[in-house]
Amino acid sequence: MTNTIGDVEEADVILVTGSNTTENHPVLSAFVKRAVKFKNAKMIVVDPRQIKLTKFAEQWLRPNLGTDVAWINGLMHVIISENLHNKEFIEKRTTDFEKLKSMVEKFTPDYVEKITGIPAQQIIDAARLYAKAKAGAILYCMGITQHTTGTDNVKSLANLAMLCGNLGIAGGGVNPLRGQNNVQGACDMGGLPNVFTAYQPVTDEAARKRMEDAWGVTGLSEKNGLTVTKMVPMAHDGEIKAMYIIGENPLVSDPDLNHAEKSFGNLDFLVVQDIFMTETAQIADVILPSACFAEKEGTFSNTERRVQRVRKAVEAPGAAWDDWKITSEIAKRMGYPMAYKNAREIFEEIMKVTPSYAGITYDRIDREGLHWPCPSQEHPGTPILHTEQFTRGKGVFHAIDYISPAEQVDEEYPLYLTTGRVLYHYHTGTMTRRTEGLNERAPESFVEISAEDAKKFGIEDGSMITVASRRGEIKVRTKISDMVDIGTVFIPFHYAEAAANKLTNAALDPVSNIPEYKVCAIKLSGTA
Amino acid sequence: MENQNTIVININGNRFNFVKGDTILDVARQNNIEIPTLCHLKGTLPTGNCRVCVVEIAGEQDLTISCETKAAAGMIVQTESSRVVASRKQTIKKMLSMGNHNCAVRAPHEESWTQYQLKVQGEDNSPELCPAWGDCRLQDLAYYYQVSGSDYSNVQTLYSMEMANPFIIRDFSRCILCGRCVKACNEIQVNDAIEFGYDGDRKKIVAGDDKPLKDSDCVFCGECVQVCPVGALVPKDARFDRQWESKKVRSTCSYCGVGCQIDFHVKNNRIIKITGAEDTAPNDGSLCVKGRFGFNFVHSQDRLTTPLIKENGKFREASWDEALDLTSKRLSEIKDQYGADTIGVLTSARVTNEDNYAAMKFTRAVLKTNNIDHCARL
Ligand code: SF4
Ligand code: SF4
Ligand code: SF4
Ligand code: FES
Repeated sequence: MTNTIGDVEEADVILVTGSNTTENHPVLSAFVKRAVKFKNAKMIVVDPRQIKLTKFAEQWLRPNLGTDVAWINGLMHVIISENLHNKEFIEKRTTDFEKLKSMVEKFTPDYVEKITGIPAQQIIDAARLYAKAKAGAILYCMGITQHTTGTDNVKSLANLAMLCGNLGIAGGGVNPLRGQNNVQGACDMGGLPNVFTAYQPVTDEAARKRMEDAWGVTGLSEKNGLTVTKMVPMAHDGEIKAMYIIGENPLVSDPDLNHAEKSFGNLDFLVVQDIFMTETAQIADVILPSACFAEKEGTFSNTERRVQRVRKAVEAPGAAWDDWKITSEIAKRMGYPMAYKNAREIFEEIMKVTPSYAGITYDRIDREGLHWPCPSQEHPGTPILHTEQFTRGKGVFHAIDYISPAEQVDEEYPLYLTTGRVLYHYHTGTMTRRTEGLNERAPESFVEISAEDAKKFGIEDGSMITVASRRGEIKVRTKISDMVDIGTVFIPFHYAEAAANKLTNAALDPVSNIPEYKVCAIKLSGTA
Repeated sequence: MENQNTIVININGNRFNFVKGDTILDVARQNNIEIPTLCHLKGTLPTGNCRVCVVEIAGEQDLTISCETKAAAGMIVQTESSRVVASRKQTIKKMLSMGNHNCAVRAPHEESWTQYQLKVQGEDNSPELCPAWGDCRLQDLAYYYQVSGSDYSNVQTLYSMEMANPFIIRDFSRCILCGRCVKACNEIQVNDAIEFGYDGDRKKIVAGDDKPLKDSDCVFCGECVQVCPVGALVPKDARFDRQWESKKVRSTCSYCGVGCQIDFHVKNNRIIKITGAEDTAPNDGSLCVKGRFGFNFVHSQDRLTTPLIKENGKFREASWDEALDLTSKRLSEIKDQYGADTIGVLTSARVTNEDNYAAMKFTRAVLKTNNIDHCARL
C-alpha cells in the first residue's frame, strides 16, 4: 500500500475494486466501514459480485468480468473532459499526460457502457465523485491482478490516482491489499526471479557485486529466473528437473490443476518443506517438517509495509525445525555454510543488504512495527509513500487500451466463472480446514449462481452439479444467490476435493505472469 | 471563580488544562486519575449505561456521568467523594445481584450461598466458578469498593445460555447490560449484528430478531467477547481457562496481509486462546474469525513431525541427517548434470522474512540460479 491501513479513515472518497474486503481483509474492512458510517466518507464499489461492502457504498458499479481497463479509462475520460483533473499535480509530478489523454478520448461513457455493462450515467457520477474528493483512496486486490490484463489494470488505477493528485497525501493512495500474510515480505526479501532484497535487479551488475561481496561468493547468475507460472510448464516439458517448495501448496492453488499435477509428477526430484502433508507434499520425494508461525521468532511485513515481530509461543511438534534452519542445513551440505544462530542474526544480515530495511532492528519494532523505507536507525519509517516525489522521479502516465479476457463464453461453455475466498477459510485450506469451528461454518465448496441462470439451466438450489471448463470438471453444490450477476458463477478455491483451479485458465498476464483466475468459461451439467 | 477562557478544570483539588471536546473522563485519564468504567469503550460514542464512572461536580445537584460529560472551564470535580463512592457501591451491588455472579466476592457465609452455587453450577453445567473469575471488571470493582451481593436466593435466570455455535458462549445470566458488545459490533467492527432488545426487566442483547448468533449477521469476529467486562461472552474453547494459568506472547496473525497484532495465551505448551493486542497498530485489539479462532491447526494431530523419504512409492520416516543428505546430494547431482537453471525454488508468502531471506540466499548463492518465486500471484 502507498498509504497505511489507518489512513483509510482520513479519506473523503474510497474506491474499492476487486476486493471482497469484508471476507478477505476483515479488520481492514472495519476501517472502511467506519469511514463511511461515522466519518462521512463516500464509497464507490466496483465489483461484479454484490459483495457486502456494496451495502455501505454510495455507488456500486457492476462491470462485466475482465473489463477493468475500460471502466477506469471511462472515469478518466469524464474527469478530463469535465476538466476535473489536478493540473498542478500533473504538471509538477508526472509525465506523458498527453498520451493518456489521447488514449482515453475514445472511452466515452456510452462506449464504456457497451464494454462493461455499467450504465453511462454511473460512470459519469463515479468519475465526478472520485475527482472531487479532497483525498481519494483506491483499494484493490486479486480481482484486479488475477487477469491476463492484471498489470494493465494496476497501471490504470495508478493513472487514475495521479490524474486527481491522490498520491502522497493522507487519505489517498493506490493500495493493493495483499492476500497472504507475508507476500510483502517475501517480495521485499527477493523471493522473486528478477530481484534481490529491496527490489535490486539481478541484471544490475553493481547489485550483483554488492551481494557477492556480502555473501562471499562469485558467479551469481545474471539473467532473470523463472516465475512459478513458467516453472510449471517447463517441468512438464522436462526442462525443470528439480524443485524445492517451501510452505506452498501449488497443487490446489495453481491454475489448470490437471496440467500442474502432471508437471510436478514429471520432476526428477521434488522436496517439499511444510507443516502438513499437503496435496503437493504427497507427490514429493522428500518431505521436511517445519515449525509454524507460533513456534518461531522472526518478522512479517504486512500490506502497509509495516515490519512486525513474530514470536515463539510454543515448541514445534516432534522434530520440526524452523524453515531457515532447514534451508541452511541443506546449504551447508552443498558446501556453503549458512551458520545462523537464530532469526535475529539473519535479520541483522537482512538490514545490511536491504536498503529499505537498513534502519529496522528487532529492538525498534519490539512494541510496534515500522513502515519501510526506513533507511537508518534514526529514521521514523515511511507511512505514506511518494509525498515529495516518486521513486523514479516523475510519475509516468501509461496509455493503456482495453483488451478482452483470454477466454470468452461460447455455445458450449455459456457461463463465466470467477473464483475467490470465503470469510471462514484461507487459501488452500490446509490451516483453516483443520479448525473445526471454521469448517462447521463453511463445510464444503459451492457454486454461486443467479436465480435466473439456475432457472435457465434447470438447476435446483442445493443440488450437486458438475461444472466443467475446457480443462477439467468438478462436482459441487449449488447455491442460488444474488451475489453474482446473470451469466456468471462464483466458486471459492479453498477446497481440494472440489478444486476450482481444475477449471481455471492458466493464461498469463504477459508482464506479471499472473494467471487469469478471475475469468474463464464453463458449462453446468445437471444433477450429478 | 475561574476565568472562563483559561480552559482549566479542577479535579480532586488539582488544576489541569484540557482541550475543548475532552470529556471529564478523558482529562482524568490523561492525568493518571483513575475513574472506574464499565460500559465506556474507546473509539465509540459514550452511552452512560452503567453509571460506574459518576463523579461529583461542585454546584450540581446530581452526580455526573464522566464518560459522556464534556469538561468545562472552571468545573470543580471530585472523583472519589463519599457520595460518589456510595453511588458506585450501590451500582455494583445491583449488578452483582442480578445474575449468576458466583465468584467469591459474594460473601460465602450466608446459608443461601450453597443453594445459589448449586443453581448456578446446574445452569453452567460445570462445577467451576464463573468463567471470568480473575479476569472480570465487575469482580475487580467489587473488591476495590468492598461490595458483596445480596439477595442472591431470588436471582432469576430469564434467558438460558446459548452454546449453539462453534466459537462463542453467550451467558445472559451474567450479562450486566453494559452494551460494550453492541458498541464493539456496531461502531468498531461495523457488523451490525447485535443490539439491545426488549424492555425493562426483560432487557437483553439480541442478534437480529433474537436469533442464535449462528443464524444472524454475526461473522464471529469475537470483538464482543474481547470487550465484555464480565463472564457473559466467553470463547467456547477456553471457557474455564483461568487467566493466571497462562502466559501471553505478542505476535502477528499469520493469515491475511493486514498483519493484526495478537496475543497468544499459552498454557502447558499449548495455545488456548488468541486475543487482539490492544493499543497498537494496525488493529488496536480487533481481529477476525480466522485470526481469533483459527489456531487449532497448530496443535493438529496431522502436523508433520519427522522428515519423510519416499521409497517405492511410499513414505518412510527418516532422520534429519538422512533427509538433508539425500536432498543436498540430489540437488547437487541435478545441478552438475543439467545445470543450475533446471532447479526451481518456491519460497512462501506464509513464512517469515528470515525464512524467505534464507531461501533466497540459498537459491542464488548456493544453487546459483535465479529461479525463485512464491505463490503470491496465485
Ligand atoms: S462476534 Fe463480531 S459480529 Fe458477532 S456479535 Fe460479536 S462483535 Fe458482532
Ligand atoms: S454481553 Fe457483556 S459486553 Fe455485552 S452487554 Fe452483557 S456484559 Fe456488557
Ligand atoms: S485477524 Fe483477520 S484481518 Fe487480522 S491479520 Fe488475521 S486474518 Fe487478517
Ligand atoms: S463508563 Fe460511564 S456510564 Fe459506564
